[in-house]
Amino acid sequence: MTAPTGTTMVVAQARTEIVLALRNGEQVLVSLGIPLLVLVFFSTVEVLPLPEGVDQPVDFLAPGVLALTIMSTAMVSLGIGTGFERSYGVLKRLGATPLGRPRWVAAKILMVLAVQALALIAVGLAAIVLGWRPDAGVVALPVVVVAGTAAFAGIGLAMAGTLRGPATLAAANGLYLVLLLVGGMVIPLDSLPGGVEAVARLLPAAALSEVTGAVSTAGTTVPVGAAVVLAVWALGAPALAAATFRWE
Amino acid sequence: MVEDLVVRHGDVTAVDGLSFEADLGTVLAVLGPNGAGKTSTVETLEGYRRPADGSVSVLGLDPVRHHRQLVGRIGVMLQEGGIANGLRVEEAVRLFAAYYPDPLPVDDLIEQVGLADRRRATYRTLSGGEQQRLSLALALVGRPEVVFLDEPTSGVDPVGRQVIRSLVARLRADGVCVVLTTHDLDEVERLADQVLIIDGGRKLAEGTPATLRTAGAPAVRFVSTPGLDLAAMAKVCGVDATAVTTTGHGGYQVSGASDAAVVAALTSWLSNEGHPLDDLHVGGDRLEEVFLRLVGGASDAEDPAPSNGAPKTAGRRGRAGRRGRAGRRGRAGRRENQ
Repeated sequence: MTAPTGTTMVVAQARTEIVLALRNGEQVLVSLGIPLLVLVFFSTVEVLPLPEGVDQPVDFLAPGVLALTIMSTAMVSLGIGTGFERSYGVLKRLGATPLGRPRWVAAKILMVLAVQALALIAVGLAAIVLGWRPDAGVVALPVVVVAGTAAFAGIGLAMAGTLRGPATLAAANGLYLVLLLVGGMVIPLDSLPGGVEAVARLLPAAALSEVTGAVSTAGTTVPVGAAVVLAVWALGAPALAAATFRWE
Repeated sequence: MVEDLVVRHGDVTAVDGLSFEADLGTVLAVLGPNGAGKTSTVETLEGYRRPADGSVSVLGLDPVRHHRQLVGRIGVMLQEGGIANGLRVEEAVRLFAAYYPDPLPVDDLIEQVGLADRRRATYRTLSGGEQQRLSLALALVGRPEVVFLDEPTSGVDPVGRQVIRSLVARLRADGVCVVLTTHDLDEVERLADQVLIIDGGRKLAEGTPATLRTAGAPAVRFVSTPGLDLAAMAKVCGVDATAVTTTGHGGYQVSGASDAAVVAALTSWLSNEGHPLDDLHVGGDRLEEVFLRLVGGASDAEDPAPSNGAPKTAGRRGRAGRRGRAGRRGRAGRRENQ
């Protein structure tokens, strides 16, 4: 008998992770339900301020909600799911199998990307139905998705790897709400008070939504500042998670 | 397998100078009260903990340094949990089967652990006993050579226990080394080839269940009417008056004599006097008494129970056992880490 290849194990693990994520109602609600609700509600009920030069709410909301979707899946869903797995000894048990940590991480990444792909397609289609017409530059979106996923997955796993399961749940949800409000996703950054806006621009949520907006909106170029902030988070947060993660 | 093992959690020493070994095709039961260091010992063998001192080897390999070579050859059942809540029985077994080169057939294994009619149930919805049986299935799916089971039958109903015990017996027959921790003495009697009794991270005794039972002084124990004349009973049995003691609730013990003549004299005396006789036990201690005596007394660093193995140590065990019995009872007892 030959040993299962690393690929076989990663595929089996990733498939299980995806099944578990889609079976978990709370994770689906966070990954897909909340972004869709935000998009549909605020596109049809015009209560939010719009940035200058934008006529239709959906034109501003669509990229913001795509960014929100990434934050939902990569930070909240992954973070909470992994936090509870750690609390319940799932990661400890996997440590005594031939799977190994690198393949486990690879499977988690595949799970997040797969769930995100489903959620992003659903949100994108809904936005188009609501009248969103993205620029051709949107083909660059996968690069942005990868950067945003790295940043938020790093934050989610940093919490999951150091806090207890219920504490991860609370921290991830709390942080999610704060970043939703100051992330330029539903409320334009220039509507925020000056001090708050300055801080918000250094956080990954605002950087991600700005870059997403820039690549998907005609006649805009990607702001260098936001791109740099996003890149720093995309490299720094996973490094922090790797350095602090405790398996038991 | 384990030599002079010391495991520390911060300042707390959980395992303090433990040595033992187990052979393939045998079941070693690590017995001890809560906090005795059972889990710390097993987790060191599994590679989860690094020994603070001493050495550990499993299949000739270092569990931490050779972790990658070893994980495919061992099976692990944690004390609890270890499986994602939303995972179904069959999915869990199939997933773990994918980690190993030559896994057991998934359907057969599910059948063997008695979960065939629960294969679609998620881990969350399983009873405690079903969760333990699934956990056992995952420990076995890779055809391990050494299996570590941490309290495999705790919280399991009698039917589930039977399933787990018969699987352990089959593993032994297949030449697998099974190391299990427990505080269930009945389980040890039924399953174990070798017993290691530990407390406060130290070895109190080691041997087969039979040798541990006979380590104590012979005695006749029985239950009858409370308040019988002990002096008369001693005379009938032909022993010193001090050899007859009450053990409470109508229990009596005649120490130093366990032959048929004593039993005949005793029972005819009881019969003539019109007293009932119940729960008659002749010979060495029951395992439960051995355990309670050892664990209830002190763990004595200067007088460790001798290890099992070479024939010449057998006599030494007997003497140490008796000496320990008298000495440990008298002393207040230094209990560690309870």
